Amino acid sequence: MVTEKDVEHIGELADIGIDTCELATFTGQFNAIVEYFDILDRVKGEGTVNRDLFNILREDTVEPSLSLEEATRNAGATEDGYIKAPRVM
Amino acid sequence: MESRTICFEPDDRYNAFLRTCPTAPHGEGQLAGVAIAVKDNISTRGIETTCASRILKGYVPPYDAHAVSLIRDAGAAIAGKTNMDEFGMGTSTENSAFGPTLNPCDPSRVPGGSSGGSAAAVAAGMVPMALGTDTGGSIRCPAAFCGIVGLKPTYGRVSRYGLIAYANSLETIGPMAQNVADVSLLMSVIAGPDRKDTTSYDRPYNHTPDSDINGVKIGIPKEYFGKGVDPAIAESVNRAIGRLEELGAVSVPCSIPSMEYALAAYYVICTSEASSNLARFDGVRYGPAADTKKSWHAAYQDVRKEGFGPEVRRRIMLGTFALSAGYYGKYYAKAQVARENVRKDFTRLFADVDVICGPTMPTIAFKLKEKSDPLSMYLSDILTVPVNLAGIPAISVPCGKVQGMPVGLQIMGRPFEDERVVDVAYAYEQAVKV
Repeated sequence: MVTEKDVEHIGELADIGIDTCELATFTGQFNAIVEYFDILDRVKGEGTVNRDLFNILREDTVEPSLSLEEATRNAGATEDGYIKAPRVM
Repeated sequence: MESRTICFEPDDRYNAFLRTCPTAPHGEGQLAGVAIAVKDNISTRGIETTCASRILKGYVPPYDAHAVSLIRDAGAAIAGKTNMDEFGMGTSTENSAFGPTLNPCDPSRVPGGSSGGSAAAVAAGMVPMALGTDTGGSIRCPAAFCGIVGLKPTYGRVSRYGLIAYANSLETIGPMAQNVADVSLLMSVIAGPDRKDTTSYDRPYNHTPDSDINGVKIGIPKEYFGKGVDPAIAESVNRAIGRLEELGAVSVPCSIPSMEYALAAYYVICTSEASSNLARFDGVRYGPAADTKKSWHAAYQDVRKEGFGPEVRRRIMLGTFALSAGYYGKYYAKAQVARENVRKDFTRLFADVDVICGPTMPTIAFKLKEKSDPLSMYLSDILTVPVNLAGIPAISVPCGKVQGMPVGLQIMGRPFEDERVVDVAYAYEQAVKV
């Protein structure tokens, strides 16, 4: 059973921003879906990773890329050729 | 070289397009001057690309997706960007931030999703071909609901470079068109290796559809005709299989026991991948700007609450939950076992049969707003998600009507045998052509 408190916590972890008035609806939907997921408890077998391809890497050499102007054109805010972000500290 | 232009100003009464290119340049080649619609989660240089989300409003990609580069090189004109469920999350195209697309066969019904705009644009005759993407049925479902043809290629056969990621272990770009020959033609242009997508294979598609299916062995899984599937749909698909038998194919009953867990496994995996992939939308590098005066988490949460629609927020939270400490083993790890079991079931069946056939969707297109509860919408994907879990190719081709609405015959094949599913679809299409 997922509680409103759980949903609030998950919303925090996911940085999704939940309003208090949304909690009841999201919690109800969450419970119905998670209850359906519980069918997976009955799955039998071993988990194996199916790897036909792995570690496909290229040489670490400089190749043509976006210009500074192209790379920053969609940013919300820029300063001196840098992208501005909210403060972390 | 793009040197000439076409004029593209369609009567878009179904809201199939989010934006059109009234003067679309094109070059020479296999697709010279052909107007192609591109789903809005596929990057197009210089053309706004939003994934039908407010969080990407105004985003103009500085580069083309590999598949888009290939169709431009083949001479195609990019006619516009098509509507979809936000980030591909939905089965009806109702989860678009810019309003739903309507089904051209009956505008009171949904076109299916998430590539509903691409399907409606083709079905309404606005374009002959379109690119869609398929994570859990998003090409095949709208193809079935709108009465067109859609191919979900083998995973790795078409580069995902420039496809804005939602669930990258499941999704692929693929062709949609009014007929099988055009789907095959578009597939021949977009398939092949790409060093910018490390999961792409060097398996080009150079194929002309062949209607000779004499001796082809078809598996008919009982799970595709059981509980939850409208009996009228099952009857229509059975008639189509009968037609394939008249053409020389042989059908045998079979079973996919792992189907019981496939839908839950699919939703655990796709939401988990979404929770990681969509973390990049933070209002810093693209989309509506974050308030840089606020703290990181406060600014991030404001942007995402405002920018993402309810279904996207729900799936990000479900994925965060499924991957969180204490629940990972119960959900994500189990879902991976279930996924492997689906793959094993297909491998076992394909040792004996060449293709597997069943309905694409369990019902005809539903009415707008008919499925307001998220879980009931998810359950509609039951017949399409096994293919994505296994990474195999599958095509949906129209096979009659129920209550005046199109029904899709789904043909699934072995990995990298996209040609064979195309041939079986082509044989059926040619046989019923009036």
